[in-house]
Amino acid sequence: MTMRIYVPGDAAAVSVGADDVARAIEAVIAAGKRDATIVRTGSRGMFWLEPLVEFDSADGRVGFGPVKVSDVKALFAAAATHPRRLGLVENIPFLKSQQRVTFARCGIIDPLLLADYEQHGGLKGLRRALATAPGDIVQQVIDSGLRGRGGAGFPTGIKWRTVAGVQNDRKYIVCNADEGDSGTFADRMLMEGDPFLLIEGMAIAGLAVGATKGFIYIRSEYPHAFRQMGRALDVARAGKLLGPDVLGSGRTFDLEIRLGAGAYICGEETSLLESLEGKRGQVRPKPPLPALQGLFGQPTVINNVLSFAAVPTILAEGAAFYRDLGMGRSRGTMPIQLAGNVKHGGLIERAFGITLRDIVEGYGGGSFTGRPVRAVQVGGPLGAYWPTELFDTPFDYEAFAAKGGMIGHGGIVVFDDTVDLAKQARFALEFCAIESCGKCTPCRIGSTRGVETMDKIMRGERVVENIDLVRDLCEVLRDGSLCALGGLTPLPVLSALEHFPDDFTRDAAKAA
Amino acid sequence: MIRPARHAGPEAWRPELMRELAEALKHVDGPLLPILHSINDRFGYVDERAIPIVAEVLNISRADVHGVVSFYHDFRKAPPKRRVIKICRAEACQSMGGDELYDEVSKACGAGSDVTVEAVYCLGNCALSPVALVDGKIHGRLDTEQALALVRS
Repeated sequence: MTMRIYVPGDAAAVSVGADDVARAIEAVIAAGKRDATIVRTGSRGMFWLEPLVEFDSADGRVGFGPVKVSDVKALFAAAATHPRRLGLVENIPFLKSQQRVTFARCGIIDPLLLADYEQHGGLKGLRRALATAPGDIVQQVIDSGLRGRGGAGFPTGIKWRTVAGVQNDRKYIVCNADEGDSGTFADRMLMEGDPFLLIEGMAIAGLAVGATKGFIYIRSEYPHAFRQMGRALDVARAGKLLGPDVLGSGRTFDLEIRLGAGAYICGEETSLLESLEGKRGQVRPKPPLPALQGLFGQPTVINNVLSFAAVPTILAEGAAFYRDLGMGRSRGTMPIQLAGNVKHGGLIERAFGITLRDIVEGYGGGSFTGRPVRAVQVGGPLGAYWPTELFDTPFDYEAFAAKGGMIGHGGIVVFDDTVDLAKQARFALEFCAIESCGKCTPCRIGSTRGVETMDKIMRGERVVENIDLVRDLCEVLRDGSLCALGGLTPLPVLSALEHFPDDFTRDAAKAA
Repeated sequence: MIRPARHAGPEAWRPELMRELAEALKHVDGPLLPILHSINDRFGYVDERAIPIVAEVLNISRADVHGVVSFYHDFRKAPPKRRVIKICRAEACQSMGGDELYDEVSKACGAGSDVTVEAVYCLGNCALSPVALVDGKIHGRLDTEQALALVRS
């Protein structure tokens, strides 16, 4: 039997040499005329081990990593004693303790082989949805407790019910794959490692609300994911997962992909719709809700990649299966992304309720540099900075909000003790200035004034008064902006001020 | 169906080709961004002379096209140099020395070099920071020496 050797084709793995390793393995196979083939999988999400090469064995897959080109020959000659040998991949503690639901297949299957997808539980949800009344599909998503994974946490099923309730000839399903938050990569990993799951979730959404057409809007910073998703759509069409006769049901659903153009604001749903229509990505006031007047003025379901990707499991395993995971009003699992200055960075999918400490110290193993961890930013550039004193906070929408933060899209960026939180607060305002769409004055101009004021603070000029000014400005940003960019930029600024005040006043003495 | 960009390398300005690119995509839903991407990919930038042509093909105003071109960071106003390095300047990369990487590479690739250095905010490889795209290819755990070797190779 042909031996299968697995090498991730994920962009992160490629960024540290996975393509070179795959070529080296190819050469060894060819030179030895071995009966072996390489499968380019997604990533398991243990990035410090990339490139992580896996071989089939009687007990399961055996991993080696991080593999360099110079390690490759010995992988064949002396695999049992290879210094990069990690043992069974599933037994690596980082992976073993996770609850992989959405990412159950990522890193395991060939992402572009529909048969592989189906063999590992794929299409069960869509088949069930095809045999279910649309109203019941929506009800199951409501009952699962799934909330939007893009950041806002709005109940997905309620959104769908609104769209389903509108009588209209044309409705759209739009996937927000404009994952712009620093520290996040789950959407990218999923599109590269298990793209059919997203397609399946969107097709189910189409059945639920009566839409036959969908769009996936992918940011241009993800060229790899964009190419992979394009290939997956071709395979899905050829395999009748998409098209005029979805899985032989006679029902229609098709998808197109669109490329963003380097604007963070297009991750905001109404900006994204404007951008899809070919306009400047400027925020629209709500109401009207996109559910009623969305893309091209038609009723539109717009959800994040991870929200759609959670749906096939809910349909396949039942709403109760999903709802029984998690805590409080945060149900199901959250793919948490651990990044930045961390020893073991990667994807951690767990039911809600795990503490920040378990994530950063347990999974992450502390900082990459070996210095003490001083702060983490959770939820992207609009998320709060957290000191280690708050690390017992459980990962939960409400628990995070209660402490003045948000979980956002689930990204955590770790900083060691060399970080200057005044500089980070300044950056939050600078980023807002760079990425503001310009619609709301506080965001467009206030952000620039904020940067200038932060510069004064950092030079030690009238520090107390200027800190007051920044607080005041943050209040105006929060209350006077239409969307989350202006509305939430105060979070990183004010949390840095609250938890790390010394970083702001340090220079006052210097100037005096 | 819109195809992923092919990295064929920039071509010299030709109005006929420009019109051809716009005509080829004018029937897709929301055609303006796909058309501008197609122009940006082929020529390396969106020349000002493209604006009236695209406006005419889509039957929209030149102001509308200009507004969109100027809104998005991806659409360059001038051709890039021979090599392009996009360095991430977002938080995860900052935590691993991304700012220093950006400053040092920018300094080394100043006037007279054949490298365009651009800032980008997150490439989704945040557990292997600092990260950059060199001519569209992603590289993680970069230091200045490696980055300069890549753009000079």
